[in-house]
Order: sequence, then C-alpha cells, then structure tokens
Amino acid sequence: MSKRLGWFLAAGLLVSLLLAGVVSNFASSSPDGLDYAAREGCTFNADGEITGGTCMAQQEGAHQLGGGPLANYGIKGIDNPYLSTGLSGVLGVLITFAIGGGAFWLVRRRSRQEA
Amino acid sequence: MEAQAMHIANGIVDGPVSAIFAVFAVAALAYCVRRARADLDDRLAPMAGLVAAFIFAVQMLNFQVLPGVSGHLLGGTLAVILVGPWVGALCVATVLIVQCLVFADGGLTALGLNITNMALLGTAVAYVLVALLLRILPKNPGGLGATALIASIVSVVAASQGFVLEYAFGGTTDLPLPAVAGTLAGAHILIGIGEGLIAATTVVTVARVRPDLVYAQRRFRKTERVEAGAMA
Repeated sequence: MSKRLGWFLAAGLLVSLLLAGVVSNFASSSPDGLDYAAREGCTFNADGEITGGTCMAQQEGAHQLGGGPLANYGIKGIDNPYLSTGLSGVLGVLITFAIGGGAFWLVRRRSRQEA
Repeated sequence: MEAQAMHIANGIVDGPVSAIFAVFAVAALAYCVRRARADLDDRLAPMAGLVAAFIFAVQMLNFQVLPGVSGHLLGGTLAVILVGPWVGALCVATVLIVQCLVFADGGLTALGLNITNMALLGTAVAYVLVALLLRILPKNPGGLGATALIASIVSVVAASQGFVLEYAFGGTTDLPLPAVAGTLAGAHILIGIGEGLIAATTVVTVARVRPDLVYAQRRFRKTERVEAGAMA
C-alpha cells in the first residue's frame, strides 16, 4: 500500500469517525421509512406502545442480541446520551473497518500492483 | 436523542420465508466473494474497508423526509461507484452484519431479508444504472454526480420493494400489499433523493481528490482517466 493511499484512508476514516461520533447526535429521531410503514395502521401511546389498530409492528419480536453492550447504538453503562451514541458510533466505524478491511485484505489478489 | 432500529426486525416476516432468503443471501454473497477477488488488489482492499466504515457512519445519520418520517443512506450506489458491484455488495453486507450482531439493529432472523434488499437488490439495481448512465451522461463531475443521484433514487425504491416481495410471501400481519408498497415507495423516493445527494457529494469529492480510486471511472470511463490526470 502506498503512502498516498495511506493518507487518503486516514482522512476517510477521520471523516467517518466524525460523522458517527459527533454528527450522529444530530440525526432525526423519527422512525425511518420502513419503520414508519411498519407502524402505519396502529395507534401508539407516549411510550411508543401499541394501543390499537392493525400494523406490521404488532408482530415485531425482540432482538436475540438486544442485551449486547452496544445494542441500539448506545454503550451500556454510559448515561450521557451524546457520549453513549457518539462512542458507539466511533466503535462501530472501527469495528466495520477492521472486519471489512481485514476480510477484503485476506481474499485480495496476491499480485504486487503499483498503487 | 435515541438512535433507533433501521432495518427489518424479527417477527415481521415469518420464519420459513426468512430462512429461504437467508440461504439465498449466503449463496449470493459467496458468489460475490468469487467475483470480487478479481477486483480486489492491494489498493482496492483497504479502500473497500473504508467504504464499509463510511457507509456504517452515514447510516447513523437519519435525515427528516416528512413530518414524523426519517430516512438514512443504504449505500449501494456509493459502493458500486467507488469499489464496484461485487465488492460493493460485500461492503453493504458487512455493515448490515455488524449492525445486526453488535448493535442489535435488524433482526438476526431477518438478516437474510435485509441483506437481500439492501446489499444485493439495491446494489444490483445501482450497478445497472451506474454502468448505463456513466456511458451516456457527460464525462465530467456533473455527469458523475447525476449518475449517483439517479441511481440512488431508483436503487433505494427497489430495495424498499424487495421488502414488499418478502412481505407478500411471509408477512405476519394481514395487510393490503398495494398500500404497503405505496407507503414504502413514497417514503423511499424522498429517502433516495437524500441518499443521492450524499452519494453524489461523496463520489464527486473522491473523484476530485483521487480520480484513480473511483472504480466506476476506471471501468466505464476509460477515456476520462487521461483527462482527469491532465487536469490534476
């Protein structure tokens, strides 16, 4: 890997870390398009529990790994919501880069190429 | 401020249909790995890791599209343009697997459904459009940006309709499908525009800084490479 590519990757990672670590706290908290469609047809109380109607979300089951330390983009044990979301985002970027980059590096073609 | 689930949860589509799509997703990803090897060299492999990390980051950024409705980037178009279709599909799949296993976003049972819609269907549709549009649109940053925008809109709507297909086979609540399809298509046209603006900004920026790192330009705009090199 060339030095120039190294700088590009470092800059790209820095942008990703800032987006996931800082900007993520300003993201919309409304349901996304899919979740909105899943909730359509039901009525909800202030706690987000279904109070009536018919919708997809009624059949929604719990996540098998919902008790994990980073579940739902927060860190268990950190009460400050900004810190919790931001740090979970930073960890997510690093984990994704490590797993993705590592796997791609392992399966790459092994011929030496100028970069 | 609470970050929330963004992908199909457990229980929305029944077990047998989820299992069928899981088998399909594994087979399709295995085929992608085979094809991706031809593209993955010492330069593309770390770039693909970065694309996956960037998509993870941007997926956290839900933007408002209507009162009470938000959306986030899926990433197929961005990935296709920067690292190609096979590696691109694997990048999006990597993000979905990390989100499911580490962040409990998108049910474990529903992982095959989510991968099919976003990593496979969304990326495939984006690839067809990118390959077509880059050949017919002007070979300049405007053409590249327009390609990213148009491909994003169509690919995001296609991914949302993938869910409708899965729901038609294994939906656990009896709902009128045309209404579900319409609601999803309407919201995802707007989400696609948002995704398209993010994808266009990203790929045009990379094309300015390092045109040689844009897979789609190397692949579909062979003449452009010389011009871009001369301009830089």
